[in-house]
Amino acid sequence: MKPRTIIDKIWNEHAVRAEAGKPNLMYVDLHMVHEVTSPQAFEGLRLSGRPVRRPDLTFATMDHNVPTLNRESITDAISKKQIDTLFDNCKEFGVELADIHSPNNGIVHIIGPELGLTQPGKTIVCGDSHTSTHGAFGALAFGIGTSEVEHVLATQTLWQSPPKTMEVHVDGRLGTGVTAKDIILSIIAKFGVDFGSGYVLEYTGEAIRGLTMEERMTICNMSIEAGARAGLISPDQVTFDYLKGRRFVPEGAAFDEKVNQWRQLATDEGAEYDERVVIAGDEIEPMVTWGTNPSQGVGIHGTVPYPEDGRNATEKKVIKTSLDYMALEPGTKITDIHVQHVFLGSCTNARIGDLREAAKIIRGNKVAEGIRAMVVPGSQQVKLQAEEEGLDQVFKEAGFEWRDSGCSMCLGMNPDFVPEGERCASTSNRNFEGRQGKGARTHLVSPAMAAGAAIYGHFVDVRNLDKTVSS
Amino acid sequence: MEALTVHEGNTAVLERANVDTDQIIPKQFLKRVERTGFGQFLFFDWRFKSDGEEDPSFELNYPSAVNASILIADHNFGSGSSREHAPWALQDYGFRVIVAPSYSDIFYNNCVKNGILPVRLPENQVYELMQNGKNREYHLTVDLQNQQISDKNEGFQATFEIDPYWKEMLLNGWDEISITLQYEEDIEAYEKRVKV
Ligand code: SF4
Repeated sequence: MKPRTIIDKIWNEHAVRAEAGKPNLMYVDLHMVHEVTSPQAFEGLRLSGRPVRRPDLTFATMDHNVPTLNRESITDAISKKQIDTLFDNCKEFGVELADIHSPNNGIVHIIGPELGLTQPGKTIVCGDSHTSTHGAFGALAFGIGTSEVEHVLATQTLWQSPPKTMEVHVDGRLGTGVTAKDIILSIIAKFGVDFGSGYVLEYTGEAIRGLTMEERMTICNMSIEAGARAGLISPDQVTFDYLKGRRFVPEGAAFDEKVNQWRQLATDEGAEYDERVVIAGDEIEPMVTWGTNPSQGVGIHGTVPYPEDGRNATEKKVIKTSLDYMALEPGTKITDIHVQHVFLGSCTNARIGDLREAAKIIRGNKVAEGIRAMVVPGSQQVKLQAEEEGLDQVFKEAGFEWRDSGCSMCLGMNPDFVPEGERCASTSNRNFEGRQGKGARTHLVSPAMAAGAAIYGHFVDVRNLDKTVSS
Repeated sequence: MEALTVHEGNTAVLERANVDTDQIIPKQFLKRVERTGFGQFLFFDWRFKSDGEEDPSFELNYPSAVNASILIADHNFGSGSSREHAPWALQDYGFRVIVAPSYSDIFYNNCVKNGILPVRLPENQVYELMQNGKNREYHLTVDLQNQQISDKNEGFQATFEIDPYWKEMLLNGWDEISITLQYEEDIEAYEKRVKV
C-alpha cells in the first residue's frame, strides 16, 4: 500500500460519507465542551427538541470564567450565569461535567489529556481554537464554532473538507535552556501567522521526538497561531507511557492491544505531504515576542525591529501599529524591556512540567521589586501535584501569588487581568491587543523565561542565569 | 439562517491585516448566553474611546461607512479565537458580506454557518476596492449564484471562488443539522462498524 501520513489515516477512518466534490461527513470521537461557546448550542437543541446524540463521547468543564481566588463564590453576575447555564445544560442533557468543585476541573485542553480522554487516532473537537493541543497524542483535534458545537451535539459528526497536509520538520537537538515554547515561537516567527492556513501540520524531527508529552502539547497548542486548523505529532513510546493508567485509558491486555493499533497510526516512511518546511532546532534561542501577534518575536539577544524592516507596505504598517500599541522604540534590546507583571499559566504552559521548570529558576530567589507575579496551574490536579512536590512554597517564598486553576489572565474573563498600559511576561499563547486586559501589553515567553523576568524585572537569557545570579 | 442570493450595499474599509476575533468582539462581551445583541459590542475597543464616546478616527465610524453591509479587510481576517460571537456581532451590526484576501479557517466556517458570505479575492483586487471605498460611500453588488462582485460606476468587476457546498447552503439558507440528520442511517452504520 502507498505510504500514508497519520493525517490521511485518521481522516479515512472517520469518514461516514465521502462523496467527491463535497465536504466529508466525519465522525467525532470526543467532544469537549466549555461554558463560553456552548450555551447557544444547547439552546438550539432545546428549541428544536433534539437530544445530545452521544453524551458518552461528550465531556464538559468550566474554565474561562472561573475565579482563581475563592473559586466557589463567583461575584460577576454574568460569569455566574454562564457557569450555572453549563451546569444546568449538562444535567439536562446527561453530559459528564468537571464542575468547579470537581478535583478534575481545569482548563479544557489540560484535563482531556490528564484524564486519558485524549488518545491517539481520535477525532477531537471543542468550541475552542486551542483544541489543537490534543494533537500531541497523534489525534486529529481542532477548534469549532458554536454552530458546529450544536451540530456535533446533535449528530456526533461534522462536515469537513479534507485538509492539506504539511510537515514541519525540526532538525537537530535543542540547546539547554531552550524549550518547546521557543520552538513554536520560532516556527511562527520564521513562517508567519498564516502559513498553516488550510493545512493540518505534523511536527517531525529529532527535536520533536526528544520532547515530553507536555512539551509536545505546548507545540501543538499554538498550531492555531500559525493559522493551521490542527497540528499533531505521530505517537510513540513517550505517548503510550504517558497514557498508561489514566482514567479513560483501557487497562491490561486491552491497553496492549490499543498500543498495537496506535503504533500503526504513525506516518509511514516515505509518505508525502502537500508542503514541507524545515527549521534548525539547534539554532533556536529563548524567544520573546515584542508585538501584537505571535509571529512578532525574536531571540533574547535580539532587538525590537524598525517599521522599515517590513518586507512590504502592509508589513511596515503592521510593525508600526504594533510598536505604537506596545509603546516600544525600534532598536530597543529585548533584555532592556522591563515588565510589571508575570503570568505563569494557560493551556500552553501550565502543566506540572512547566511549573517545575519555572520553579528551578525561582528557587531561593525573590520576585523583583514592583512586580506582580502569579502562578495559575492549568488544572486542580496540576495544582495538587505541585503542592505535593512543595512547588507552591518555592513560588510563594519568592513572592508569587499561588492560585486555583483556570484560564485566568490568559484572556482576563475572570477577575485576573493586566491593567491598561502595563507590561506582562506571559506564558500564554496570544499577545493580541487587549487580550490580557484593555491596553495591556503582552510578551509571550516560556515558563523559564517568565521566571527569569520575574526575578530580574526585565527579560534575561535563562541559559546564563547560574553565572549571573547573585548570592 | 437567512438565505443570501444577491446582495447590494454600502462598504466599510478596514485597512488592517490580521484582525483577530479578540478585536472583533472583546472577551468581556462573551458572557451572554444568547446569540443576539452582539452588534453593539462589535470592535468595541476600537469603536469607542475610554469615555464611551465613539472614536471618529475608527474606520466604521466614518460618515461614509454608515449603514455599510459589506466589509473590506486585509489578509488573515478573523484570526485567533474560534468564538462565533465574532460573526454574530458582524451580522447583528449589519454586515452580510466580507471581502478579504484571506481568512482564518474557523472564522470562515463560522461566517457561512450564519449566513455571512466571506468573499476571497486576490490582494490587488481587494486593494482596488479599498481605494474605491476609502472615505466615501461606495456600493457593491454581490451575486452569489454567479459568483460575481461589481460596482455600478467605477467599472470594478470580479469573480470569486466558493465551495459548491457552502454556496448551496447560503443560497438556500439551509439548516445544516437537518441535512445531516438525513444521513442518520450512515452514522448508525458507522458506529456499528467501528464500535464507538
Ligand atoms: S488558557 Fe487561554 S487559550 Fe487556553 S483555553 Fe483558556 S483562554 Fe483559551
